Amino acid sequence: MSHEERIPRRILDRLKSWEGFLLIILVAIILVNSLQSPAYLSVQNQINLFILSIEKIIVVLVMTYIIINAEIDLSVASMMGLAACTLAWLFEQGIPIPMALAISLLVGVLGGAFNGFWIAWVGLPSLVVTLAMLIGYRGLARVLLEDRSIGGFPDWFDTLGQEAIVGPFPLALIIFVMLVVLAVVILQYSGFGRYVYVIGNNRDVARYSGVRVQRVKMIIFVASGATAALAGLLFAARLGSVRGDMGLGFELDIITMVLLGGVSIFGGSGSIYGVLLAILIILNLRNGMSLVNVTGHVQTGVIGVLLILSVLVPNIAQNIREALSRRRAVTTASSD
Amino acid sequence: MRRLRPEQIRELVLVLIIILTILFFGTQIENYYNARFFNRVSTSVAIIAVIAVGQTLVVLTRNIDLSVGSIVGFTAYFVGQQLANNNEIAPMVAVLMCIGLGAVMGAFNGLLVSYGRVPAIIVTLGTLALYRTILVEYSDAQTVLTANLPAWLLDLPRANIFSLNGLDLRVLVGGMLLVVLIFHLILRYLPFGRRIYAIGSNPEAARVAGFPSQRIVFLAFVLCGALAGLAGFMFLARFGNITVVAGLGLELASVAAVVVGGVNIFGGSGTVIGALLGAILINLLENSLIRWLAISEFWRDALLGLLILLAVAVDSVIMSRLRDLWAHRALEEDAQDRFEIESEESGYVS
Repeated sequence: MSHEERIPRRILDRLKSWEGFLLIILVAIILVNSLQSPAYLSVQNQINLFILSIEKIIVVLVMTYIIINAEIDLSVASMMGLAACTLAWLFEQGIPIPMALAISLLVGVLGGAFNGFWIAWVGLPSLVVTLAMLIGYRGLARVLLEDRSIGGFPDWFDTLGQEAIVGPFPLALIIFVMLVVLAVVILQYSGFGRYVYVIGNNRDVARYSGVRVQRVKMIIFVASGATAALAGLLFAARLGSVRGDMGLGFELDIITMVLLGGVSIFGGSGSIYGVLLAILIILNLRNGMSLVNVTGHVQTGVIGVLLILSVLVPNIAQNIREALSRRRAVTTASSD
Repeated sequence: MRRLRPEQIRELVLVLIIILTILFFGTQIENYYNARFFNRVSTSVAIIAVIAVGQTLVVLTRNIDLSVGSIVGFTAYFVGQQLANNNEIAPMVAVLMCIGLGAVMGAFNGLLVSYGRVPAIIVTLGTLALYRTILVEYSDAQTVLTANLPAWLLDLPRANIFSLNGLDLRVLVGGMLLVVLIFHLILRYLPFGRRIYAIGSNPEAARVAGFPSQRIVFLAFVLCGALAGLAGFMFLARFGNITVVAGLGLELASVAAVVVGGVNIFGGSGTVIGALLGAILINLLENSLIRWLAISEFWRDALLGLLILLAVAVDSVIMSRLRDLWAHRALEEDAQDRFEIESEESGYVS
């Protein structure tokens, strides 16, 4: 086969991959949406669509690392709540907002390090540790605010998440884009990113190859705690008030986006590009459903079905492919 | 003499911790040992323990069922509504409706996991959302009200099997104990039960050995759904007023009970008795911490999370030591036996 022939074939392979499949779905969703509502394609709607879920999709980026690393972090939504509540509580005590923001982020780092300690060094399963901390961090958030709701932050803080600062883009969106670039570069193009995959594929092989497994895991969980805290703070800025149950149940949405992006729950495979496409699919799908007045509950149900189908369909396709190749093998054998 | 297996030591330790907890709070809280407290704890344990038994079956096969909370909510609401519309439905029929409904939802999970080869965490995350959505759509924002329910159902949570000095053994609690006993025996003695352990400890080996793995995993999910359905009935009986958020969060509570009860989250080891003990310990702590005046109600969850973590950490450190020791002894004994046999064969008598 000549070199010229191989290039289009590679593009074809790309399209046959999971990312290609997601891309086709995304294009279909965008087409249907834009036919249904003229408002859909407006710049403002497109920005809104990101802003309304910005706190989730920021955490999705780190969750991608965690799941590729064959771990899981169920405590992110509770950490979002805890960081926001820490901020509100400190603000209530009269501490200036910038200081409170820094302390809240530190809480995220510490919380992530706490998870990481039990998972990386003690060797407990992350499912159990972060499940316990899902309850624990949420509990701490409630300890801080009890059942009060705290608002009345300074104006500059309230507008942080929504006010456009560069062109039509608000700060939260700019932070997200920067994090996307960072996440892509580190995961796909750096040594650390390779380690994340290797450990996810086979922890023992990674360890015997001299990868410092514990340190990598620790870094990822600290990053997860810090990012979740950042997301919680942006969420607080967007809503303008904070309650103990902020972000309750977000962990499921976040994990759904990662898995829909083609990252294997068993770790070691998937790419951040797939996850980015999955984010776009879910945001556009939700937005489209909102435009035609489908309620939030139904949207959640649809996304649940989508999640299951995203694994089921490739499985069935593989079964069919195997059956076909078996039959082909039989026919070639009999024709010989 | 039969030596204690690590799991049995684990359960004895749990019982000991439960007793110590009770003794500790007895010194802290005035009038701690009263019948009302016992009755409240035992009734709330009953519901969570039934779910935890189902969860145990699934976790033993190296899977997880996160949809149980939604199944409890849906069955409680659906059957509650049927009973409210038609008070004539016989109690047994209502129970069977709950169990059947739960089993169907469990079967859907099981079908996708075992025959569709979709990882359980993905399937049940999906159905967690899906079943809840179906409930919300179906309910049309209506609530099942206690006032419309038949009298026998409202009396059920206070009905006793027997009563001793005000310490009641409620029917719900009795039912739960029966469920635990039945599933303990199934897991311990029936081929189905032993195969669940085999699949969980080594799926590859179980497949090579010719076990119908797919069918067994499927059945585990069906049973888990059915038990969640039964728990839905108990939920309905206990609370009466059922809204669309009924049973929210029970999936995590059941996983917590199972994990604290010493069931390995990676499958293959643990018992339903352990899960019951886990449920008892968690509920006891929850209810005691609320009454312990030194601590505000808001500390409960924070402490609970930490306690679950601690229980698992201690468990993993101590149990892995014990298991090593146990395996080591077994090896030594084996070597000893072999040595004796060899000695006899070669004519030496020690």
